[in-house]
Amino acid sequence: MEQNTEKDGGHGGAGPMAMLSGVLGKGGFDQLRIVTLLFLAIFILYSVVLPGFFSVGNLLTLMRTVSVLGILGLGMAIVVIGRGIDLSMIATLAVPSALVLTLAAKGFGVVPAVGIGLMLAISIGVLNGILVAYAEIPSLFTTLAVGIGVAGIGQIGLFDYEIVSWPPALDGIAWIGRGSFYGVPYSVLAFGVAAIVIGIFLRRTRYGMFVYASGDNPGATRLTGIPLRPVLVMQYVISSCVAFFAGMVLAASSASMDTRIFNLTWIYDVILVVVLGGIGLSGGRGGVANVIIGTLLIGTIMNGLTIMNVSFEMQNLVRGLVLLVAVLADSIINPRNEETAQQGDI
Amino acid sequence: MNTLVKLRYRFWPDKIFGELLQKPWMETAVPLLVLLLVIAFFSARIDNFISITNLNDTLRQACELGFVVLGMSIVLIVGGIDLSVGSIYALCNLLALYCVNVLGLGMISAVAITLVAGAALGAVNGILVGYLRMRAFLTTMVTLIVYKAAHDMLNAEVGVAISSNFPDAPAWDYLGFGTFLSLPVVLWVFAVVAVAGHVFLTRLRAGWHVMAIGGNRRSAYNTGLPVKRVVALSYVASGVFTATAAIFFASRLASPGADTGKGLEIVVLTAAILGGIRLGGGKGSVMKAVLGTLIILLLTNGMLRMAMSAGMSRVILATILLLAALLDIRWFKNRHKAVQELYVSPGYMELPPPQSTAPESGSPFALNDKLRHVDTIGLGEIESPEDVALDADDNLYCGNRHGDIVRFFAPDYTRQEVYAHIGGQPLGIVMTKQGTLFVCVGGMGLYKVNPDRSVEKVTDETNRSLLSIIDDSRLRLADDLDIAPDGRIFFSEATVRYEMHEWPTDSLEARGNGRIICYDPRNGKTHTCLRNLIFPNGIVMASDGQSILFAESWACRISRYWFDGPKAGTVEPVIENLPGYPDNLNRASDGNYWLAIMGVRNPIFDLAMRKPGFRRRMSKKLPGDEWLAPNLNTGCIAKISESGEVLDVMWDLGGENHPMITSMREHKGQLFIGGIHNNRIGRLKLDDADPEFVDLKEAGNA
Repeated sequence: MEQNTEKDGGHGGAGPMAMLSGVLGKGGFDQLRIVTLLFLAIFILYSVVLPGFFSVGNLLTLMRTVSVLGILGLGMAIVVIGRGIDLSMIATLAVPSALVLTLAAKGFGVVPAVGIGLMLAISIGVLNGILVAYAEIPSLFTTLAVGIGVAGIGQIGLFDYEIVSWPPALDGIAWIGRGSFYGVPYSVLAFGVAAIVIGIFLRRTRYGMFVYASGDNPGATRLTGIPLRPVLVMQYVISSCVAFFAGMVLAASSASMDTRIFNLTWIYDVILVVVLGGIGLSGGRGGVANVIIGTLLIGTIMNGLTIMNVSFEMQNLVRGLVLLVAVLADSIINPRNEETAQQGDI
Repeated sequence: MNTLVKLRYRFWPDKIFGELLQKPWMETAVPLLVLLLVIAFFSARIDNFISITNLNDTLRQACELGFVVLGMSIVLIVGGIDLSVGSIYALCNLLALYCVNVLGLGMISAVAITLVAGAALGAVNGILVGYLRMRAFLTTMVTLIVYKAAHDMLNAEVGVAISSNFPDAPAWDYLGFGTFLSLPVVLWVFAVVAVAGHVFLTRLRAGWHVMAIGGNRRSAYNTGLPVKRVVALSYVASGVFTATAAIFFASRLASPGADTGKGLEIVVLTAAILGGIRLGGGKGSVMKAVLGTLIILLLTNGMLRMAMSAGMSRVILATILLLAALLDIRWFKNRHKAVQELYVSPGYMELPPPQSTAPESGSPFALNDKLRHVDTIGLGEIESPEDVALDADDNLYCGNRHGDIVRFFAPDYTRQEVYAHIGGQPLGIVMTKQGTLFVCVGGMGLYKVNPDRSVEKVTDETNRSLLSIIDDSRLRLADDLDIAPDGRIFFSEATVRYEMHEWPTDSLEARGNGRIICYDPRNGKTHTCLRNLIFPNGIVMASDGQSILFAESWACRISRYWFDGPKAGTVEPVIENLPGYPDNLNRASDGNYWLAIMGVRNPIFDLAMRKPGFRRRMSKKLPGDEWLAPNLNTGCIAKISESGEVLDVMWDLGGENHPMITSMREHKGQLFIGGIHNNRIGRLKLDDADPEFVDLKEAGNA
């Protein structure tokens, strides 16, 4: 898909119209195209209707608010492409990064603190992966339970307060979430860097191809000789590391980490971004482009609603309905009936 | 030493373990055990963990949670998941309180409105998941968010109004605080619903549809079940159950709290999984849902009372959820292996030395070639004629592997037709003078084919033994029959522990798994008259009309059983040292009996019968196709007298025309021979037989 957009962008020229023609270029209607069109439509509508929407300041705010969500979406995308799901990402975002802040505040030094946090994130990923790949517990339940457990570990005395503030000792790496580079906030750049790295991993490396294979047809993947189970473990480790990275960005930008962030609605936003962008939950489809467009769409909708001064509950409602439409579109584009559905596939 | 082995295999109940493990209710035993462990653990740690004062409150909570778990269980059994229960719960709680506190409606109308609302909210899920084929997890997750948002908005509108009104509604308060026979009202309602749910899932057609769709959606669809409708309705049911829980919750606490129902879906899901309800569908019961609810509630209450921090209880809950899922998945994956390993339970059997079959030994079983010149009927046109019978017009009947009764036309038996289709493999058959054919059908029971070719079930069940673990009321392998002068039908059932195609495994056990059963047409009753026989496989009425001769294949013996007269109930051996495995027994024209021997004993198998430990190891360590099995490829026909004298034996030494024999029937001076592994029926001219003899029975008024 990435390659498609590149190619189509080549003969189109510049500007939004070129993007539009690129999107319609192949004639087919996959979800990426639909969502891109939807995004452009809403973007143009907002720009015309909402005063103050189409301004550099607002667009940067938009990007900054969704950058952490986007990073999480990238991590989730890897697992979803591998036909899994990682509901423990929010816990993995909060607990290891809060641990880093706590350790640094106690004078551990930047590198050991981050190292320990990373170790914790990796071990959460390994636990998820082993339970999914080797114990064969459905990923939904593994990551749900691990998420609850990790959040619980965070609550029992790892931290002095539920909100851990950013210690001065870590100011050396505070730039990953704060400040801006030629006007572009670093958190948006972090999203960009993560997107490039994961894009290269998925499309240009052997293990990235293994992820697609394991999601497309696990049985055939195994028969081909690809180490299916280690690849599955790897997916969860990567998503955990991405979540840790997102946590550090979030902590730096808000100068604290609220460990109560573990609640279920945030992870639903992450799934929303991934599914909305067109990464089918049956695995093996989609890529980084889908996450970016999904993130942009959600960011735009929410930003517009905020400008329109819509209440938080109403925003939730709208977000839910948008996700509903996305899932409905997914089930129409990738239809499943009694013959093609997999047993026990919920 | 040998005596010890004998005693051990005689009295140690090996077979019980495998049979217990095979029982569906064993799956419920695991959560029950967990529940008892939880109770024991907290009772030891906390004083008065279970006391009358806190029991009442715990029971109310348990029942409220139980309703939601029941709803979730139905959705899980169908193969879906319903995450939106928490939000539906909150919305229904708010609605019920609004109806009672603000609108001032009566209890009945408030309950009705709330239930309908719950059904409607569930129906949204149902339509999306059932009819639009959306993914259950995501869809209900979205409705969770949407309903929650709707709840928050409504709560902001009406929350204050609810809290500031205190209605005077005794009927409503009765729901929340009332007791009936000193137990909470909610408990009675829950008990009724749970029993109804159990009956629904296990006894009613619609409940079977639910189980079938969860078990295998594709097959259910291909069978023509209304998959979409059932799936959709399961979500409606979940909505209604959740609304019920919310009604009791509302009447008890009367609080429109913003956090109502938050995280409920996790608790409910954990309860269902802990109870042993499988993710992915097809497995589950009301009992499991109840057990899971109790476990989770006692756990959370116990942890609360031990003053455990919220974080600690989260960790414990997560660990338990993971362990339960792990146990469930491992158990489900490996259970059949465990059953297979444990189910086969060889016994000790010492056979007397066989009579010799050596040609020059002078033994009556000495090998000869008398069957060499048997004519063949239907060569290559018939498969597996286990038994044969002839009617008054000399037409020949036999069963085949495809579940038909085939008729060969007299006099030359070259033309054949399918006389009747039964569906299971016909084994022993008997023709009556009236033209009715009685058939023992493997896996089905005793059937008859009327002269107008209509197939009718005679009996397929007998009385269940009181202490048997496996259900021995069903007929698994009825294999030969005969009819007493008064019309009673005696038939043998080879084994109650195995299906027809598993007969070699039964031979490995050498246990008394078989029995003789009597069907009485006068009152339509079937009862077991003789148990613990080792593969009874042939049966024939004795000349006195008060007893039968029967053959036990793996025990290599013929015995006589009196069902009437002065010796009623006694069994006497007739021949105990046959050189092979006896099969059908039939009348001969001279008042003696024809006996088919389907295979010949060999010393290795006989030795193995005295080494049960060896056979057990074999059955555990080797795949089934590498197990020892009795030889069933060459046999003979013997003529025996009622006292057990062997009068004549006929072999087909070259194995050319008819080596494999399971039955024979004398008819007008000829002997017709059947064999279950054969593709032909044999016909032999008997020199000294009565040319008018026909082996037809007098049917009672069956």
